[in-house]
Amino acid sequence: MNSDKIKTSTQVGLFVTCLADLIRPQIGFAAVALLEQAGCTVRVPRNQTCCGQPALNSGDSASTIAIAKMVIKTFAQDDYVIAASGSCVDTICHKYPELFRNDALWAGRARALAAKTWELTSFLVEVMELQQVEATYDGVCSYHDSCSGLRELGIHDQPRQLLASVVGLELKEMNENNVCCGFGGLFSIKYPDISTRMVSDKCANVGHSGVDTLLGGDLGCLLNIAGRLRREGAPVRVFHVAEVLAGMTDGPAIGEGESDL
Amino acid sequence: MSAVASQKVAFRERTTRALRDSNLQQAMGKARGGFVDKRLEAMAALPEFDETRDAARDIKDHVLANLDGYLELYEQKVIENGGQVHWARTAEEACQIVADICKEANAQVVTKGKSMVSEEMHLNSVLEAAGLKVVETDLGEYIVQLAGETPSHIIAPAVHKTREQITELFHEHHSKLGYTDRVTQREALVNEARSVLRGTFVTADVGITGANFLVAETGANVIVTNEGNGDLTSSLPRVHIVTAGIEKVIPSLDDLSVLLRVLARSATGQEMSAYTSLYSGPRQDTDSEGPEAYHVVLLDNGRSTMLGGGYRSMLRCIRCGACLNHCPVYSAIGGHAYGWVYSGPMGSVLTPLLNGFDDSVDLPNACTLNGRCKAVCPVRIPLSDLLLKHRLEQYRRRLTPLFGRFLVRAWAWVATRPRLYQGLMALPLWLMHWRGHRRGALEHIPFAGGWTDSRDFPTPAGRSFIRQWHSRKGKS
Repeated sequence: MNSDKIKTSTQVGLFVTCLADLIRPQIGFAAVALLEQAGCTVRVPRNQTCCGQPALNSGDSASTIAIAKMVIKTFAQDDYVIAASGSCVDTICHKYPELFRNDALWAGRARALAAKTWELTSFLVEVMELQQVEATYDGVCSYHDSCSGLRELGIHDQPRQLLASVVGLELKEMNENNVCCGFGGLFSIKYPDISTRMVSDKCANVGHSGVDTLLGGDLGCLLNIAGRLRREGAPVRVFHVAEVLAGMTDGPAIGEGESDL
Repeated sequence: MSAVASQKVAFRERTTRALRDSNLQQAMGKARGGFVDKRLEAMAALPEFDETRDAARDIKDHVLANLDGYLELYEQKVIENGGQVHWARTAEEACQIVADICKEANAQVVTKGKSMVSEEMHLNSVLEAAGLKVVETDLGEYIVQLAGETPSHIIAPAVHKTREQITELFHEHHSKLGYTDRVTQREALVNEARSVLRGTFVTADVGITGANFLVAETGANVIVTNEGNGDLTSSLPRVHIVTAGIEKVIPSLDDLSVLLRVLARSATGQEMSAYTSLYSGPRQDTDSEGPEAYHVVLLDNGRSTMLGGGYRSMLRCIRCGACLNHCPVYSAIGGHAYGWVYSGPMGSVLTPLLNGFDDSVDLPNACTLNGRCKAVCPVRIPLSDLLLKHRLEQYRRRLTPLFGRFLVRAWAWVATRPRLYQGLMALPLWLMHWRGHRRGALEHIPFAGGWTDSRDFPTPAGRSFIRQWHSRKGKS
């Protein structure tokens, strides 16, 4: 890269999210590719693990604060922080400042991080004003609106706008696309019966819509839905929206094996 | 710890039972979309709906900040109108007050309009123990009373029942009254209940209703119904008793008009409920009818404690039921699984506050924090945030299982040490990948049966993104 380009381009730090990091790294590579396509310089700091949601949702504020401080320090130098997950961004933007309510110094740092942290598709559309992507996907897709992204961050049109530019992709909305899939992090393990019922309802809606692919912006939801679809034997492929937008759909979809290809 | 554990088992048992109850599942499935779609239509027809919600929130916030003053003003107006106000610190006190009024009136038959506060007081059992015949007159309440149950929804008490179940229930109880045919159609069922209840309305000595609002400037209690049963309960008997929580007071009729605009739209998607009635005391000399005596029993039962803490916004609740109607957990398990009077998101917030944290550990946790409740609340109660707040409070009080707390603490300790975390994760990731990469998912994972009993787990890639990235980029 030449130095002029670095100076003029927008600098972002990528918050990979624990699930993408551990289970589906391709989402991280897709996010980097899209950000670079939009003209960003991407830094991926090694000092990152998770945003702390499992601790926060378990009521453990001390542990969450420790993790939040690490995230705040890790990304202090970046102009923007991007994550391909609505729920992690909601945690950083809305929960961190609240955690440090009684600590003026860290509250200020938390607000500064919140102010520059964006979910991937909303950043691409609203900040980078990306109009279209260079990708092809041959399929009829439905989009599952993840709860935190939709209701806390207002992410609805942005991924759809970008998906509209994917050659060959037809978007077909399913019923109850804004209803929770039943993942809820540890909820899915603590209350498996209720969670199963909710994800079964989601899968029924996917089925009724007649699509061949389900997309979404949060890997947690997608693991849950893909896992249930596979158990039910439903022939629906599941991808993170970033993978489709970046054209990284040649390999196995979520829950597909090498033997499926 | 054991009490907590047994409560936990009880909640799990109740949810399991509900999920296997085919009648309940059928009834809830039918109700599910209707409320949501009707609310959306009502919202679409009122462009200023969101601004009206803000105004409704502000009215309730103003009242809660000045609650003592408005309650005193309200009491003064009720007295001026010839009624009496009784203050009850606890549910037991409130029941005693109502029972004493009934006794003094030599009452034998009591009709009741729908009142969740009276459910909170367990009033019916107290009055029945005192020898009174108590008849619920709201159709849904009447159905659950016949079935010996409690309401499973704050505005649709019998939403968990199928029409077939109601047919059987009516046949069982009404055939001895001469209604020997099994009626199956909705309208016929309503007419049969109406016909049975009409007889009770005219013989009742005391009528007990709740209050949707108490208007301080006039001393009126306001009830909204779709059946008119509340009016027959309020106006026909000799004595009218209103049971209400202290948070129900609002300053003025102007405020009432704002709150009514959001209430029915949020609840049933109606612009207004069929009947909106204001009652301001006993029969005056110029009135041709109406009760001879008018009593208001104001219940605290933990509400004043909520004023001071971080849960004050919950006192804004106008009991519309929108959060229940939009909650996917409520829709899956119904109201009875929650174990107390109030269910759904508002119940999971209220129950620990009114009934104690120790006995309701599951409620705030049996939630995905999907935020739909918060998004639809007409008075903008941040319900899902309050549920998260409950979890923090539970943790502080050490109410959640010790082992779970230890696991989360240990995981967080590792998660704040990225190099250690990345090192520790490498082997399990590789193992899971090795085990499942050909099939793409694992059908069974030890100690994760909660997930894999009903779902496959998509196989991890084998090497984390961070490790792949940094080995590709060198030591950057």
